Amino acid sequence: MFASIHAPGNLPILLDCARRFSPLIEITSPETVTFDIRGLGRVYGEPGKIAREIERLIGLPAHIAIAANPDTAVCAARGIAGICVISAGEEGRALSALSLHLLGCPPQMGELFDLWGIRTFGQFAALPTAGIAARLGEEGVDWQRVARGSARRQLRLMEEKIDYSREMELEDPIPLLEPLFFLLARFLFELCTELTARSLATNEIGLRLSLEKEAEHVVTLRLPAPMTDQKALLKLLELELSGRPPGAAIRKIRLTLEAVKPRIVQEDFFAPAYPSPEKLEVTIARIRHFVGAENIGSPRVLDTHRPDGFVMGAAAQRPTSALPALRENLVRMAFRRFRPPQKAHVITEQQPVHITSAVARGAVGIAKGPWFTSGNWWRTDAWNREEWDIALRSGALYRIFRDLRSEAWFVEGNYD
Amino acid sequence: MRPALALANTFPATAASPQATHDPASISTCLGVNIPRAAFTELIGGVSSGRTGVLLALLQQVTRQGEFCALVDVQDMFDPATAAAAGIELSRLLWVRCGGNVDHALKATDLLVRAGGFGMVALDVSSVSAATIRRIPVAAWFRLRHGAEHSGAALVVTGERIEAGSCARLQLGVHRKEVLWSAKLLRGIRSIAERRKWGGREGVCFDSRAR
Repeated sequence: MFASIHAPGNLPILLDCARRFSPLIEITSPETVTFDIRGLGRVYGEPGKIAREIERLIGLPAHIAIAANPDTAVCAARGIAGICVISAGEEGRALSALSLHLLGCPPQMGELFDLWGIRTFGQFAALPTAGIAARLGEEGVDWQRVARGSARRQLRLMEEKIDYSREMELEDPIPLLEPLFFLLARFLFELCTELTARSLATNEIGLRLSLEKEAEHVVTLRLPAPMTDQKALLKLLELELSGRPPGAAIRKIRLTLEAVKPRIVQEDFFAPAYPSPEKLEVTIARIRHFVGAENIGSPRVLDTHRPDGFVMGAAAQRPTSALPALRENLVRMAFRRFRPPQKAHVITEQQPVHITSAVARGAVGIAKGPWFTSGNWWRTDAWNREEWDIALRSGALYRIFRDLRSEAWFVEGNYD
Repeated sequence: MRPALALANTFPATAASPQATHDPASISTCLGVNIPRAAFTELIGGVSSGRTGVLLALLQQVTRQGEFCALVDVQDMFDPATAAAAGIELSRLLWVRCGGNVDHALKATDLLVRAGGFGMVALDVSSVSAATIRRIPVAAWFRLRHGAEHSGAALVVTGERIEAGSCARLQLGVHRKEVLWSAKLLRGIRSIAERRKWGGREGVCFDSRAR
């Protein structure tokens, strides 16, 4: 069964009313809303009672029609005032007196009906189908089925942009984070339940806190993968707010979740295990909390000759397939870098012979160099240096350099 | 059950060493040095001993198998350029820089090792003073070991001195044998790796080569 409500100029009210009865709603036109009421008989009783309940909730003069198919309900709602309940099999008779302009067929077809002298649903329904097919084609037959009340179709469901947010204005401002987390937990529970019910997830959390004396405190967390785990989301907010707490007592809270489609992954039976994105994000957030955001991530080497040229990026969330093994699977000599380079006092006799610094001290046994490197001379971060690889008498290997602009010596790192 | 990280592929033998074997596949057998999963491994060596080269070789092996790794770097001395040159897939490496704070490093390692899903978690305490290392309670190492056992990650701790007591299932010592020079270039380090715990066998010689 389908119900249709017709009330010109009141679409939001019609939608509000329809949502109370069904999630399956079609906005047939700006004046008409149609929705599925199958199964509501157990709640409200017979269709007449459902129609009266709709009339009671809508609270304004509207035409309400209930029928076994959506098109009949729509036509009846447009043409019959008040409540109209059409039983299955009675559609043709109920619609027969309606004016044909309520059918909603294309204008040229309407003009043709005028020329034929066809004015009502009943007259159109009575015409032979073969003749209609010969003159108006398949489209004409479809319109005749509507006029007879025998058309069958699915509802064209509306795509609703739902705002997944919660807002609360507090009577007494809260100065502590603990009660705030309590409220956020409640909001997240409600919002995650709503998202899950619609098979959605979130990849962005927005929190706006209106403060007592200061400007708004805004927190935006972008998640690497959509999730609906309320505990993980709460933990991320807790960590963020603990690290950057609001500067004054909180007057108003607004929490918004951006709804997106959830991550659906077909796992590979033979692929290596990898951290679940939800757990990894919480773990990274926990570590970020005490080491700082700039000190955790996956490094990416920059395409530059500048020493120590890299940037920290986000860690990958999914493993890709295994890479081919290296042809030369040798152990590479590693370089361990002092950040920043350690200042040193170096005695030279054409080459370094003795070094004194916080990290390396002693006579230089072997020194190989110099190698000169420079770059970015047009910028403030220019470098121009003379590098040496040295081995102390103890056997430790270091790379040292002389900054040719300041003539100062530094220990850049050691080989290991 | 994932296989242990075999060092057979990462430790090539060098014919120049009298102790070296010519068959790379036999090195693992010779030393018994498969880095075990779900266990604590100590990788010990002094400055310029080649221990970081071994660590990079392990990270390279694990990331190229498609697994994720984490490196907790106490002194912030990891060099991404060297790591990339060593074949490490950097997008599969989570690098945590602790700026010299050992407490932060232990806490981060604990979180990572318990998070699950990592093939290997490495903690680099090299260049941390011996006094600071001694102050780390044994309970902290046991906690890390327990986390690794629970999550199945291979936990590798590298440094000059670790003092994790009986926590470690494998203790691998690396020391420098000689430095390889050519006319004007540093060519690499020749090192000897030996199994110190449950060991008793002779070490194996390997070269860490510069590019």
